[in-house]
Amino acid sequence: MSSGVAVNLEDIWIRFGDFVAVRDANVNINGGDFFSFLGPSGCGKTTILRAVSGFLDPSEGRVLIGGKDMAGIGPNKRPTALIFQNLALFPLMKVWENISFSMEVAGIGAKERRKRADELLDMIALEGQGDKLPSELSGGQKQRVAIARALCANPDVLLLDEPLSALDLKLRQHMRTELREIQKRVGITFIYITHDQGEALTMSDNVAVMKAGVIDQIDSGHNIYDHPATPFVASFVGENNVFRGKIKSINGNEAIVSTNRSGDLLSRIAPAQLGNLNVGDDAMMFIRPEVLKLGPAEESSKSTISADVMNEEFEGNTFSVFLEGDGGKSIKMSVPNAGQDHISSRGENLSLHYDPSNAVVMPAGELASE
Amino acid sequence: MKSDSLIRIALGAYLLIFFSYLLGPLVVMSLTAFNSSSFPSVSPWACFTFEWFDVLFNDRHIREGIYYSIIIGIGTVILSVSMGLAASIVLTQVWPRLRSTYYTMIIAPILIPGVVLGISTLVFWDRLGGFLGATEGSVLHGLFHNGLFLTILGQSSFIASYAMLVFVARLQRFDTGLTEAALDLGATHTQAFRKILLPFMRPAIASAAVLAFLASFENYNTTTFTIIDYKTLTTVLAQKVRLGINPSISSLAFIIIVLTIFAALTLEATQSHKRRREAVAQGRMKPAGKSILPSFMRGNIAAIICVLLAFVVIFMVTTAQSYSPEMCKAEVREARQLEIQERIEALNAARAEREATEEPTSTVTDEQAPASSGAFGGVFDPGNLSTDTAEPEAETTAPAGGSGAFGNAFDPGNLETED
Repeated sequence: MSSGVAVNLEDIWIRFGDFVAVRDANVNINGGDFFSFLGPSGCGKTTILRAVSGFLDPSEGRVLIGGKDMAGIGPNKRPTALIFQNLALFPLMKVWENISFSMEVAGIGAKERRKRADELLDMIALEGQGDKLPSELSGGQKQRVAIARALCANPDVLLLDEPLSALDLKLRQHMRTELREIQKRVGITFIYITHDQGEALTMSDNVAVMKAGVIDQIDSGHNIYDHPATPFVASFVGENNVFRGKIKSINGNEAIVSTNRSGDLLSRIAPAQLGNLNVGDDAMMFIRPEVLKLGPAEESSKSTISADVMNEEFEGNTFSVFLEGDGGKSIKMSVPNAGQDHISSRGENLSLHYDPSNAVVMPAGELASE
Repeated sequence: MKSDSLIRIALGAYLLIFFSYLLGPLVVMSLTAFNSSSFPSVSPWACFTFEWFDVLFNDRHIREGIYYSIIIGIGTVILSVSMGLAASIVLTQVWPRLRSTYYTMIIAPILIPGVVLGISTLVFWDRLGGFLGATEGSVLHGLFHNGLFLTILGQSSFIASYAMLVFVARLQRFDTGLTEAALDLGATHTQAFRKILLPFMRPAIASAAVLAFLASFENYNTTTFTIIDYKTLTTVLAQKVRLGINPSISSLAFIIIVLTIFAALTLEATQSHKRRREAVAQGRMKPAGKSILPSFMRGNIAAIICVLLAFVVIFMVTTAQSYSPEMCKAEVREARQLEIQERIEALNAARAEREATEEPTSTVTDEQAPASSGAFGGVFDPGNLSTDTAEPEAETTAPAGGSGAFGNAFDPGNLETED
């Protein structure tokens, strides 16, 4: 198996007429990494993937694979293999013919192809299914055949375009682990496109979060969740409560935000935005539902929120309590299910507290639409 | 329910009328092929005969017409299927704003009358030859004035559009992702076309080929202008209609009808068999129990009808070899002559009675018409031969061939009598 090869995108712009699909993307993907592009549909992540695989040329900038400029090199000459969103298995070919297609077009004899296809079928745990047609396989099996077909071409970089989106939840979760396993085993670079943050966070070494053609943040999944760089990332990845207001004072990496509804609150400044915030700026502060705790803070009122309960939902492992927030949006709090009947009653005024180091504040910006 | 059964009866009646409208003419035409009457007719029914098949197979013009029709059909299939496939692929690739204009342009030949296409093909290639400086007697001139060449081109100019429509319908269901996947896996564009798109298009190519062949085979409007010194089945038939037809045309129609039904049934039977096998394989249907029928025919009505039809045809061909309607014909002829005799006598009596002069010609034509319409009545009366000019082949071949209907076609002795 070939080892990982680095992929670099340098100042990539992709335009379709007047429409800018990708705006000044700079991404460095290490060899052997599992790298994800995460973003809502239409944000340009598939366009980037097509630029890497060679189906379209960037309007500006360079795509480097293993340090080599890919300009003018067609998809059939690049060391990449793409797994399509709809898998694009050849419906008229048998499974083994599908898998060994890359060898067939290279002019390799049927016997050798069959042998290699059988090896790969073993790897994806589909022994003896080589003579079936793709239509006779289940969704997860098709998925694995598509992976085997791409791997058969011995690519340096495997590109995956939301390959799990068509599967049901259980299978999707199973395939996540399986994909990660395969990636570790073959050791090549995986570039994964998804709008599902769960997939991106569980599988990736690094994630790029995209919004309307712009890459907002590139970091490890952990950092993206805990230290979002922009309001978009904070609201798109995971659930988050937003508190709008103005910066009242700044002290090192902490700031006091005078929020529109909940009074003055203390928060950590997002690391990426240190130095970008000044007193009096419009700001957004984010606190995750699981960070909020019942009861007032003991030491300071600057980390206590008081609000009326609007609604409560039981979700099995947690209770979700919705409280009145600003701008018509509710504040959500998650309370682990420890056998209680309920947490609150409608209209009740609750005091909640949080650890200021778990809250982040950053300049006001665009949020991810619901 | 009363209204329910009323609706059902009305529906049945409607279907009956509808199908008799569709199939009635075909049935009548097929029947005329077996009537010995020399003009295609069902009533009065004279004698059951196979002689018109005999006449058909011995007609050099029809044989040549069929031969050239098939050659032109094959040429048209090759040309129009490849042009139609190319046109439909371009349609999917062309710039979206240009698409409807392109589509209209490609579809236009279907809307243009065939006559216009025929004349314009003729004129265009003649002028092109002149423009290229092809002189009389040169190869290029010969090609541009060759009936087969011009007819294939003329027919393909609009049949390609039909083929394209078939391809476009199939292409709309093609996932272009498959081509991209092939390219991504290292295939060249040619390989992607040959290994992915072409196999996908195969059913459409088959149906477009059949469509193109049938459209070419039955085309008259365009062909009549472009065929020049050749002939196709349609032009031969058109000529025959002008000169007066006999039931050998009905027998040709009968053969075509039987072949069509046979092909349709075979197709249906094989497909039904395939569906059934798949259903059994997937466990949706129990395999048919033991039966005297072979497995292919089990639960397959089309297959059963197909086999029965084959038996009927074999039976017909074998009887045609031995069956001779001469006795019946002689009787019919005798009856006719008797009738004519009576009529002449009656006329004579009337004339004698009235003592008025009648037009003598009326009796003469009266006498001649039945003689020629008695088909083989003239066979035994050599004197009649000279009076019959409409169907010389019919009259001359029959006595030579004797009773075997299809046998005559293969009788070398007959060749000399032709023409």
